[in-house]
Amino acid sequence: MRKLYAMLALVGAFWLGAPVHAQDKPAPSAAAPAAAAAPAAAPVAAAAAAPSATATPAPTPNKGDTAWMLTSTALVLMMSVPALALFYGGLVRSKNMLSVLMQVFVTFSLITVLWCIYGYSLAFTEGNSIIGGLDRLFLKGTFDPVKGDFAMGATFSKNTPIFELVYVAFQATFAAITCALILGSVAERMKFSAVLIFMVLWFTFSYLPIAHMVWFFPGPDAFTDPKTVDAVTAKAGLIWQWGALDFAGGTVVHINAGVAGLIGAYLLGKRVGFGKEAMQPHNLTMTMIGAALLWVGWFGFNAGSALEANGTAALAFMNTFLATACAVLSWVFLEWMLKGKPSMLGAASGAVAGLVAITPAAGNVGIPGAFVIGLVAGAVCLWGVNGLKKLLGADDALDVFGVHAVGGILGALLTGVFNSPDLGGPGFVTDWVTMKVGYSSIGEQLWIQCKAVALVLVWTGVVAFISYKIADLLVGLRVTEEEEREGLDINSHGETAYHM
Amino acid sequence: MKLVTAIIKPFKLDEVREALSAVGVSGITVTEVKGFGRQKGHTELYRGAEYVVDFLPKVKVEAAVKDEVLDQVIEAIEKSANTGKIGDGKIFVFDLEQVVRIRTGETGAEAL
Repeated sequence: MRKLYAMLALVGAFWLGAPVHAQDKPAPSAAAPAAAAAPAAAPVAAAAAAPSATATPAPTPNKGDTAWMLTSTALVLMMSVPALALFYGGLVRSKNMLSVLMQVFVTFSLITVLWCIYGYSLAFTEGNSIIGGLDRLFLKGTFDPVKGDFAMGATFSKNTPIFELVYVAFQATFAAITCALILGSVAERMKFSAVLIFMVLWFTFSYLPIAHMVWFFPGPDAFTDPKTVDAVTAKAGLIWQWGALDFAGGTVVHINAGVAGLIGAYLLGKRVGFGKEAMQPHNLTMTMIGAALLWVGWFGFNAGSALEANGTAALAFMNTFLATACAVLSWVFLEWMLKGKPSMLGAASGAVAGLVAITPAAGNVGIPGAFVIGLVAGAVCLWGVNGLKKLLGADDALDVFGVHAVGGILGALLTGVFNSPDLGGPGFVTDWVTMKVGYSSIGEQLWIQCKAVALVLVWTGVVAFISYKIADLLVGLRVTEEEEREGLDINSHGETAYHM
Repeated sequence: MKLVTAIIKPFKLDEVREALSAVGVSGITVTEVKGFGRQKGHTELYRGAEYVVDFLPKVKVEAAVKDEVLDQVIEAIEKSANTGKIGDGKIFVFDLEQVVRIRTGETGAEAL
């Protein structure tokens, strides 16, 4: 307990100190966010330059962009609590309902706090190509209380900044929901304390570097001169430098979490009675509510990832809408043909599969891409929770791997294909100085996507394995068999979900 | 006096209640129960997992009746609960030793 107080005191001291640091150094050298410098006036090392007092007035954020991004952020929060919690909660037995709700709720809060302490800084400031720096610890420098200045973050257009705090909040919800996704694999048997320890470790050593590697780049305004393009590009994350396309998190969110979940299912072992006792979902109505709220929230997740209220956001919005509907139909009709009945759980699962698969593609493909990705996702993820699940032999309780990792891989690969303008896709920016859009070839882009997927698969797999092992050493991963039989609600949380 | 216990399909409850009222049964007790007989259970499929559900929901109707109306009561339940399909249920008849109306203290047939 004394240790805890000491830690709190330290945190408090740091927090109080932070604004002072900010005054000392009003020009933090954060990178993605350092879009503000007017391009014409920016010197060679533009990325590190601060909003400088040049003759050209610095562009200010567009109010529409700000409003849209704040709305999107709130929508993504809704995806975790309540949507994901209810989606998962309905799928477990009633004795474990509260444990799932609690794990999602507290994981989300824990990651949000860590995000504001060090997560944002390590993911989205300049460091090396694997991990960012510590310039934004405790969000230092995002707001200057003396001058009343807000730091600016970059979007995907030149001279179009957004408030960095908006970007911090938006990305916080991504980090938090990614961690919460893993909980589906380990549901109904993992110790609450082990969940928290694992989350801190995995978030720090897997989510942050992967978010940095895939998404961090110095922003379009940093690319001012063809001669310095290489130097500026070298500051971006490794996978971004490769040229991999991931609009809203096929690799960062879904493959990342899905693999971590599967490793957890292996290391924890099967639930007591798995394969012998019935483990029906206790409330599919909740699951349907959760899936439906996920669909709504996902508009913030995907269309919000455009970072602006523009045409790309509209494209991402429509693709998210369409691919999901396609996946619902393909899952349900295949289930009807192969298993005899079209089920509500099938429809809900199909929706999530479609949402997952369209995530990396959302603003990176055209309408034809959405049709194909959605239809294929429903079918492939149905296999993911049937044939593949049996093949893997793990008790991935709520099919996080079968839906999120499988859907994420599928989406990441098909993004490379359907990005092609020949297939109705928008292509990608090939030259950030002139903002020229192009596309290489399907084979080339697919290979880059494969490399990105492979790196994330291995990275998260190894980090997850070590993180579970550490949690196991510290507190043990599993509750006792007796507690598991009686239910986690009463044993881990001292509550019961339903009194009848 | 007899105690008639009938296990019926839940959706037949209203018809059975009406039929019993028609032959003069003045009170029944109803319980939601689960069980299996020849109908066995059914299978439920959740994503990849298939579960055999052994116990099906049924309704148990209990009525205490005078000996002389027993045959009418049995016939009333038999007719009203019948669908002709497997799983219609069963009727059990027990001898009833004593009945007491708690409010008045009446006993035996008067208490029915």
